Amino acid sequence: MSNVAVVGFAQAPNVRNTQGTTNGVEMLVPTLAEAFEQTGLTKSDIGFWCSGSSDYLAGRAFSFISAVDAIGAFPPINESHVEMDAAWALYEAWVKILTGEVDTALVYGFGKSSAGTLRRVLSLQLDPYVTGPLWPDSISIAGLQARMGLESGRWTEEAMAEVAARSLADATTNEHAQRSGDAGVAELLANPVVADPLRAHDIAPVTDGASVVVLATAERAREIVDRPAMITGFEHRVDSPSLGSRDLTDSPSTRAAGASAGTDGVELAELHAPFTHQELILREALGLDSGVRVNPSGGALAANPMFAAGLTRIGEAAKQIIDGTAGKVLAHATSGPALQQNLVTVMEGIR
Amino acid sequence: MFEQAKRGDSLRVSTYARPPLAPISRTCFTLSVITEETPLHAPLEIGFDYTRSLGPVLTHFMTQLANRRITGIRGSDGRVHVPPVEYDPHTAEALTEFVDVSDVGTVRTWSWVSHPVEGQPIQRPFAWALITLDGADTALLHAVDVNSTEQIHTGMRVRVRWADEPIGHITDIAYFVPADAGEERGDAPTPPRPPATERAEDGAVSTVITPIRLDYTHSVSPEESRYLRALAEGRMLGQRCPECEKVYIPPRGACPTDGVPTTTEVELPDTGIVTTFCIVNVPFLGQRIQPPYVTAYILLDGADIPFLHLVLGCEADEVRMGMRVRAAWKPREEWETSLQNVDHFEPTGEPDAPYDSYAHHL
Repeated sequence: MSNVAVVGFAQAPNVRNTQGTTNGVEMLVPTLAEAFEQTGLTKSDIGFWCSGSSDYLAGRAFSFISAVDAIGAFPPINESHVEMDAAWALYEAWVKILTGEVDTALVYGFGKSSAGTLRRVLSLQLDPYVTGPLWPDSISIAGLQARMGLESGRWTEEAMAEVAARSLADATTNEHAQRSGDAGVAELLANPVVADPLRAHDIAPVTDGASVVVLATAERAREIVDRPAMITGFEHRVDSPSLGSRDLTDSPSTRAAGASAGTDGVELAELHAPFTHQELILREALGLDSGVRVNPSGGALAANPMFAAGLTRIGEAAKQIIDGTAGKVLAHATSGPALQQNLVTVMEGIR
Repeated sequence: MFEQAKRGDSLRVSTYARPPLAPISRTCFTLSVITEETPLHAPLEIGFDYTRSLGPVLTHFMTQLANRRITGIRGSDGRVHVPPVEYDPHTAEALTEFVDVSDVGTVRTWSWVSHPVEGQPIQRPFAWALITLDGADTALLHAVDVNSTEQIHTGMRVRVRWADEPIGHITDIAYFVPADAGEERGDAPTPPRPPATERAEDGAVSTVITPIRLDYTHSVSPEESRYLRALAEGRMLGQRCPECEKVYIPPRGACPTDGVPTTTEVELPDTGIVTTFCIVNVPFLGQRIQPPYVTAYILLDGADIPFLHLVLGCEADEVRMGMRVRAAWKPREEWETSLQNVDHFEPTGEPDAPYDSYAHHL
């Protein structure tokens, strides 16, 4: 299965509030240009395009169609879209390359989270009959999950604060991070809870942003970069949408996706955890021991551009292979409430 | 107000403060200097009443709610799911065995909301909780009315506070209160009830309506902002793509052919031609003009991309491809940052443009 590789990654600045439009064009135009410069490819070299975004985030119908303007889609291109994090768009692009129809693909995700009230908009992803009509916000749902773990002894406030402290410290060297800092665990825990049991450091920031990943077959990849990040495992799974029937302190879908993708020997992992306790769940479900470096980018706690943050995890992990700093990496993306849907990709620096 | 697609009455865009007026300029010239201004933005509210038909499981559940009863369903492992699931989460088997449960239960976990958002069950600080009702094995997500985090804990017993007039909707469970609560706290403020749906003869609730309203700050691009500000001064402002040299009105954040922002500003006249058109004969919600009337693609002189507008001032059946038209502006005191400043286009009476002159703009 080692015949598709990540060969390029670029991201827009992650900011609390961009003045740009909700169709992402202003964020995407320079980011696409950067990806082309990095790979030496041009628009006409790309065999397939796939994006991830949401009309609910944009507050308008078919916002992803306007985003296609950023490509310059004439003459017509081979294009698709998922109403999910663009990590799932990358999955579609990966399948497209495996079919043999194309040998390159460009994947992008974008979201202007600041256009609406993000935590309220996200309640529209819930079951629309018995849950969504109550408008449970995303932070409250994560709070239910966090308390279950705290009270069952599955994790502690200290462990959650350690995740935040490490992520924010790592983010100080990530020029794209929206949030970073050097506060220690004790300092973080001295802050008040803002959505009991969560403190501000437990919650990913509201981020406007976009990212781009370029894929190629092994043959093309070797022409583009010295050390392509070969995709050697790729799986996504889903848990029940019925929140009250799940064990929220575990993530069976992540465990299944990780087992299928093959996590043995992974040196580094970029995990998409918009809440501190969710990183603890993911590490456990993926069986990552303390020797695995987690989220050197700072992760979603440093910047969480909706519909791009999962794709960014894949890009950040792949970059570690392309740069020669790691040999085998894992990237994870999540979507839905309380880690409902999970995707795991494993990449290796093999030629 | 800037232009915005409208779908019935569900989408509203509020108006901007009107910018100061400048003399009308209709001559063609090109600006070489573009001043940077903050892009325009405006509140945008979208809304839609989602009407969903229910299958047999949720029909039973909602009908029972209308009778102030809560019903779950037995899964293939014997566990009782509340709220009921239509298919077993593990075996995917269709489930059919309904089980009535209590309206009293136990908090399994909770989180605190100090600033409720619109639509949440309690419009003052409250707790969300996963609640296992007596007789159920899974938990229901709902709100609990307590006045502080000191008043709630995992394991606490809570009971349903029913809505005054149940209709067969999850919000018939208005919220939960501590099982031993008296009346001292009073009724919690709650959001408006959803509309009731028509019931079958046997009283079955087979449809639910959930109104969804969302508020955004809608922004237009820097390029569109300059175009809209020019319209507020009675000017038609396009931009030229630096690569394909096509003139776009409205200008674009990215030329759809080349993927680069349009840059050089081009002042366009308010005259042009009809490239193609249709005669609207069908009435629809929100229609402002009595049919029949003509919606046409108008290509301004000097522009490469037509835009949609109305053609009035002649009989609908007199409108032709290639017909010369001119903008009919609303009175100046009504101008806003909107293409609606042009009420419609009307024939100039000049000879039609030859087909070859606009064939490549169709």
